[in-house]
Amino acid sequence: MAKNKLLLSGNEAMGEAAIRAGCFFYAGYPITPQNELTSYMAKRMPQEKRVFIQAESEIAAINMVLGAAVTGKRTMTSSSSPGISLKQEGISYLAGCQLPAVIINVMRGGPGLGNIASSQSDYFQATRGGGHGDYFTPVLAPFSVQEAAELVMLSFDIADYYLTPTIVLADAIIGQMCEPLVLPKKSNFNKKIPPKKWALNWMDKEGKVVKSLFLKEGDLEKHNQRLQKKWQKIKKNEQRSSVYKTDDAKYIAIAYGSQARITLEAIEILRNKGIKIGLFRPISLWPYPVDMLQNITTNVKKIFVIEQSLGQMLEDVRLALPNKQIHFLGRAGGGVPTVSEIVKFIKKFI
Amino acid sequence: MGKNFLHPKSLKKVDTHYCPGCGHGIIHRIIAGIVDELGIREKTIAVTPVGCAVIAYDYWDFNCCEAPHGRGLAVATGIKRCLPQNIVFTYQGDGDLASIGIAETIHAANRAEAISCIFVNNGCYGMTGGQLAPTTLIGQKTITTPFGRDPNKGEGWPLKLTEILASLEGVCFAARTSLAGPKEILNTQTQIKKAFLAQIEKKKFSIVEVLSPCPTVWQKEPTKAIEFIQQEVIKTFPVGIIKEL
Repeated sequence: MAKNKLLLSGNEAMGEAAIRAGCFFYAGYPITPQNELTSYMAKRMPQEKRVFIQAESEIAAINMVLGAAVTGKRTMTSSSSPGISLKQEGISYLAGCQLPAVIINVMRGGPGLGNIASSQSDYFQATRGGGHGDYFTPVLAPFSVQEAAELVMLSFDIADYYLTPTIVLADAIIGQMCEPLVLPKKSNFNKKIPPKKWALNWMDKEGKVVKSLFLKEGDLEKHNQRLQKKWQKIKKNEQRSSVYKTDDAKYIAIAYGSQARITLEAIEILRNKGIKIGLFRPISLWPYPVDMLQNITTNVKKIFVIEQSLGQMLEDVRLALPNKQIHFLGRAGGGVPTVSEIVKFIKKFI
Repeated sequence: MGKNFLHPKSLKKVDTHYCPGCGHGIIHRIIAGIVDELGIREKTIAVTPVGCAVIAYDYWDFNCCEAPHGRGLAVATGIKRCLPQNIVFTYQGDGDLASIGIAETIHAANRAEAISCIFVNNGCYGMTGGQLAPTTLIGQKTITTPFGRDPNKGEGWPLKLTEILASLEGVCFAARTSLAGPKEILNTQTQIKKAFLAQIEKKKFSIVEVLSPCPTVWQKEPTKAIEFIQQEVIKTFPVGIIKEL
């Protein structure tokens, strides 16, 4: 067992956090920039007498995870953008079958093969379901190695409590950078997780079935309504965000993941110049932390959205704040808005 | 012999939705009987396919799980690795196993996953109206090979997946049987039971391919469909044990 105080890359930290959260089954497939996570699990899972499989494809990996979830064990897969596209079939089935699982996406540049640099261009895919059918998945976005570990642990609890696939949306910078961290014993999730009576690790008097098929007229609609109730409950209960120097702010910058980390430095520079600006950092991207965002922006004049994409989270900000003046700075394809670019951009509007 | 024809406990007392003359009902019953006979009902988990047999879980009375099209053996891998003491089998058609799921199939077999695969080969996609399957015979008409399957037109040859799997180190048992008569049906029962026992004793991959009639897509009366298997299908897909360790 590794120690509690560690120096790890984000990828390795997420692997260790999964193990400490009780992940029994992990399947993955090679893809940059998340390979350290897969190789970490290859080494650590057998040490813990748990299952590691290098699958023949991302599709096989997510379906193995589906099989593991059916047995009631905690299970996870990880990949990066193109691989996550392949996993969407399985994620849709997990959502339809109401099975808990954790999926980590260490985002890289797209579309297509793109490149292996940091990007945040899978925001739409992650926050709008991603696969076919009417569903959502909780999405958590870490901005440090410490938080990456914490959010992986939390995502297992959210997945088990709501019976839903849960996405940890990291980016290449978070996955690759090394930072000291203290691994928590458990997540800060405060609801009691019910026993998995539906799991196929035991048989009732009659055989149990896990499925997402509802052929009889009206049955699938009812199933979707039940799922909808669950999404609404998650929307109400699981909004997470962090704020920095927003109390007296006239201006708010909004960024998540590694981009929030970069934006923090720009906030410091602007504050030193006497500009009253703060940072709003969504931690849950779905549900989007609308309530907190609306609360802290009552007296705010201008909003600056900064992303490693050409404007995806921007749409959620616009939906949350329809009457605010919103300015957007984004770079895509591996381009990362730098501290000086952010400072220059914001100063243009102040 | 007599007790073979009692209604298996593992088979629900309901009518199936299958067409007259379809082989699925026979294979369902065979599997249910074996599960009863081996006393493994409480620890059996079936992975059902996408296709006509998708709702096999409405007929079997043991734990079942759905899999996306072609992914049965990946799902079964996840189940079996988490519950190695359980008996896990997939029930898959030719399109599911030999076309969209061929990667999952070959790799599960090559990893020697202790899973039994029941491969129902009727030479077509029945559920979607009868399209070309990897196992469609040369010259056989389907709605996507309306002039008959012609390898010279780029439509490929019948794929002998069971033979391919038998060549892998991870496979301990591979056989092909048919439903073309009482003797063949009894042989199917024998071979599927061997596959289940191989899973338990050898802890490797086992497969039984069952040549099964699809009178509806073949546009033949049920008795003629049986004759078609006897006279045509077995020429391309000879029955017998292909590998037994």
